[in-house]
Amino acid sequence: MKNESKRLMIAVIVGMLLCLFVSGPGLAADTIKLGVAGAHSGDLASYGIPSIRAAKLVVDEINAKGGVLGKQVEVLTEDDVCKPEVATNTATKLISKKVDVVLGHICSGATKAAMGIYKDSKIVVMSPSATNPDLTQSGDYPNFYRTIASDDAQAKLDVDFALDVLKLKKIAVIHDKGDYGKGFAEFAKKFLEESGKAEVVLFEGVTPGAVDYSAVVQKIKQNDAEAVIFGGYHPEASKIVTQMRKKRMKTIFISDDGVKDDTFIKVAGKYAEGVYASGPKDTSKNPLNIKAVKAHKDKYGEAHGAFYENAYTATIALLNAIEKAGSTDYDAISKALKTEWVETPIGKIRFDDRGDAIGAGFSVYQVQDGKYVELK
Amino acid sequence: MDWEYFLELFLGGLTRGSIYALIALGYTMVYGIIELINFAHGEIYMIGAFTALIVATVLSMLGLNQVAILICAAVAAVVYSCAYGFTVEKLAYKPLRKAPRLSALISAIGMSMFLQNYVLLAQTSDFLPFPSLIPDFEFWEPYAHIISSQELVILITTFVVMILLTILIKFTRIGKAMRATAQDKVMAALVGIDVNQVISVTFIVGSATAAIGGVLIASHIGQINFYIGFIAGIKAFVAAVLGGIGSIPGAVLGSLVLGWTESFFTGYISSDYEDVFAFMFLVFILIFRPAGILGRSDTQKV
Repeated sequence: MKNESKRLMIAVIVGMLLCLFVSGPGLAADTIKLGVAGAHSGDLASYGIPSIRAAKLVVDEINAKGGVLGKQVEVLTEDDVCKPEVATNTATKLISKKVDVVLGHICSGATKAAMGIYKDSKIVVMSPSATNPDLTQSGDYPNFYRTIASDDAQAKLDVDFALDVLKLKKIAVIHDKGDYGKGFAEFAKKFLEESGKAEVVLFEGVTPGAVDYSAVVQKIKQNDAEAVIFGGYHPEASKIVTQMRKKRMKTIFISDDGVKDDTFIKVAGKYAEGVYASGPKDTSKNPLNIKAVKAHKDKYGEAHGAFYENAYTATIALLNAIEKAGSTDYDAISKALKTEWVETPIGKIRFDDRGDAIGAGFSVYQVQDGKYVELK
Repeated sequence: MDWEYFLELFLGGLTRGSIYALIALGYTMVYGIIELINFAHGEIYMIGAFTALIVATVLSMLGLNQVAILICAAVAAVVYSCAYGFTVEKLAYKPLRKAPRLSALISAIGMSMFLQNYVLLAQTSDFLPFPSLIPDFEFWEPYAHIISSQELVILITTFVVMILLTILIKFTRIGKAMRATAQDKVMAALVGIDVNQVISVTFIVGSATAAIGGVLIASHIGQINFYIGFIAGIKAFVAAVLGGIGSIPGAVLGSLVLGWTESFFTGYISSDYEDVFAFMFLVFILIFRPAGILGRSDTQKV
């Protein structure tokens, strides 16, 4: 009796497994699958959630108009919590679900880890936010595209701003030791040294999540730095800024688009005032952008958060390329991305040979009265 | 030698060490009594900070004054954390009292993950702003560039907590019972000590100090999330081992030494390798004093 029920159980399990195998490929034929990978939970979810929403909004609109190449588009999301070790699994999962193109990943470190896997499977990947220069400049990832300018473009802008607009002479460069923050910081240091106009008085990494940063803050003060250029994300930035201000330091704080996030202002509160951060150009006058922002507001009833426009752009660019290519073939999509201009919320763009968007750029913002304001 | 810089680093290290000490006390007391490394302890600290945040948000909406909010929030945090500490012990460790030590250790790790994810789901994964509950004192302003009012409050509070704890352990009945239980559980039970009660009290006292640490650091740093307990917990655990796990003065000394090591190393050499150096130092101390700075190396019980 016991044996029989056991056998029945095994039969049921095997049956269920078979079902999965059968239904998977069965569905694959009728839809175009858009994978969306990135941080959808955890510390950095505020960077990743907007990309899912952007993808869904664009896809809903396109599906309502009849889809791409006459097929409906399906969005498959997969969470990598911005961790490289998780991202490889995320990529494998998406590939096993037979995605045609991928929107993502969000963080540079995670993107880099996942790219090798996509490359082997010949899948076009477009990130709305991974700004590490190597991703395009190394030439290792021919299937990688992005709708955001790379870190060195950003570092150059921040350094020029510090030297030419603020006329600073002594600058401390601090980073969070991560791929993104350190990459940005190293470029900033390089550009500062090359300019010969200012001295890098300190170049250091801090440990993310440490109990406090008082020693590093003391060191910034000890070196008489007029400004800190920080490469990293908002949790560490707000801790450092808060501690500097509590120590009555007036040191200027300049950072990257990891800090140009409303969470930074929310967490640092009054201490955020006056902080500079670079971020994607303000394109709020662009009609497509107005439409994209409104669509988000109507559906989710709140502000859209970081990288939403870039993700919206990437979704449009990817689906447009499939439409223009006439198939989901890797080579055809690549060619379409590089040759066909497309109207998007961040302007009219196409991609260069390395995968960077032509037409996307950065500007410097400052926190004024609890809001990021673009500086002209 | 720049003395002001040295002083700033010294005080920075002292503040950081104080926070570690408030958490490390819980580790070391629990280990002293039931020889269990309570990995869920860092989470108790995090829960303290979250309770304080919730209470502070509600009270500031009612428009109470800042010091009153701080005190109410701290009391609520202590009460809640104690309740959690007490419950964790009853649920996850007491049923395993007779089981091999490894089972209780795994149970502790499980409890830590459970509490972390519970807060993640019940609250949020985002960093939350924590109001600056400790005011900037007017009279302290001339020295604020060396050590801020918040850091001053942290130092004074830690000092007071240490003194109260010493009094509790040295001069009260329950303190005597705790020391007896730490020496020999069976013998303590034979002379009429309620061992279970003593263990509960130990968890409650440890949770209370951790909650105080949580409120202080959250108010100083200005942000919390569900994960803060993990890193602070690991560092405090290292501090407890460094000082000699099971020894209360050892935990305090180990914490201060760890705080200073990190602070001076960052200040004079580089912050890139802050953790590397802190752990290297731990290895170095343990090579020469395997039981920690103040730990007694007991001979194996036969």
